[in-house]
Amino acid sequence: MKILAVASGGGHWIELLRLTPFFELHDTTYTTVNATYADDVDGQPFCVVKDATSWTPWATVVLACQILVIVLSRRPDVVITTGAAPGLFALVFGRLIRARTIWLDSIANVDELSRSGRMARRFADLWLTQWPHLAGESGPEYAGSVL
Amino acid sequence: MIFVSVGHQTPFDRLVMAMDEWAAKHPNQEVFAQIGECDYIPRHMAQSRWLSATEFDEKLAECSSMVAHAGTGTILKVLLLGKPILVMPRFAALGETRNDHQIGTARHFAEAGLVLVADDEQAMLSMVPRLAEWRPAGGISQWAQPALIDRLSRFVESA
Repeated sequence: MKILAVASGGGHWIELLRLTPFFELHDTTYTTVNATYADDVDGQPFCVVKDATSWTPWATVVLACQILVIVLSRRPDVVITTGAAPGLFALVFGRLIRARTIWLDSIANVDELSRSGRMARRFADLWLTQWPHLAGESGPEYAGSVL
Repeated sequence: MIFVSVGHQTPFDRLVMAMDEWAAKHPNQEVFAQIGECDYIPRHMAQSRWLSATEFDEKLAECSSMVAHAGTGTILKVLLLGKPILVMPRFAALGETRNDHQIGTARHFAEAGLVLVADDEQAMLSMVPRLAEWRPAGGISQWAQPALIDRLSRFVESA
C-alpha cells in the first residue's frame, strides 16, 4: 500500500512518527515542513513543503500547490495526517485522486478539536480524535492515542 | 544543563525572559535556550534560534532537565528519555499562539504526573529549582498505543 504521511512541525511531526510501526508495513512517503526532519526517517522517501498557518495566507497558497504536486506525483492509496494545514490540503487533494484519507487530530487538542481538525471532517474517510471525551456519534472516532 | 525551548513557529518572549532572569541569578547553572522567533535576546544563557532535529536530540540527551512551552512534540521527546520537564503554556490572548490548546495539554500531562506546569513567569521562576529532584511519574512507550496502530491497519486493509 502506498501511504502519504503528512504533518507540520513540532508536535504534529513527533506524533506522526509515533505511528512508525504502521508506516513500516507499507510504502510510506513522509511530508513535512522542516528539511532537518529527514534525519528522523533515515532513508525513507521524504518531501519538504513550506510552513504555513492561517496567519500566513501567501505561504498557504504556496503550500497548497506543493502538496498538490506531491499528491499527483506520488499517487498514494492512503493519505494520513496529524495536522495541521499541510495535512488538510493533503486530504483535500487525496480525495481528488480517490485515495482514502485519515485525519488523526493532535493529542494537544484536549478541550476541543483543532480548527483544521473540524475542517478535515468533510475530507476524512477515517476521522480520529485522541480523546474519548471528544468522540461521539456525530463527532470523530476515538481509537487510542499516540501516547 | 537546563535546556530551554520554545519551538519554531511563533515567539514566546515571556518564557525566554523569565529563564534569562533565572540564569542571571544562577551563574553557576548552565542553561541553553532555543529561542526561535523571539524578539528578546538572552544575555545570561547560551542560545540558538533554531536547532535541527538532530541538534535538538543532542541537547536533549545532554540536559539534566527541560523548561519549555507546552508543545506536545517537546513533551513527548522528553518523556521518552524520562527526564524532568517544566512547561509554561502559551496564551492566545498575548499572541503567543492561535488558540489556548497548550493550557489543556499542560493540564492533562500535569494531571498524569508527567510534567510540572507554571502558569506564568513568576510561577516558573519559583518552580525551576524543583527540577533538581522532581521526576515524571512514569515513562511512555516507544510507539503509539497498539490499539491505534491496529485501527489504522484495519482501515487500510478494508479497502
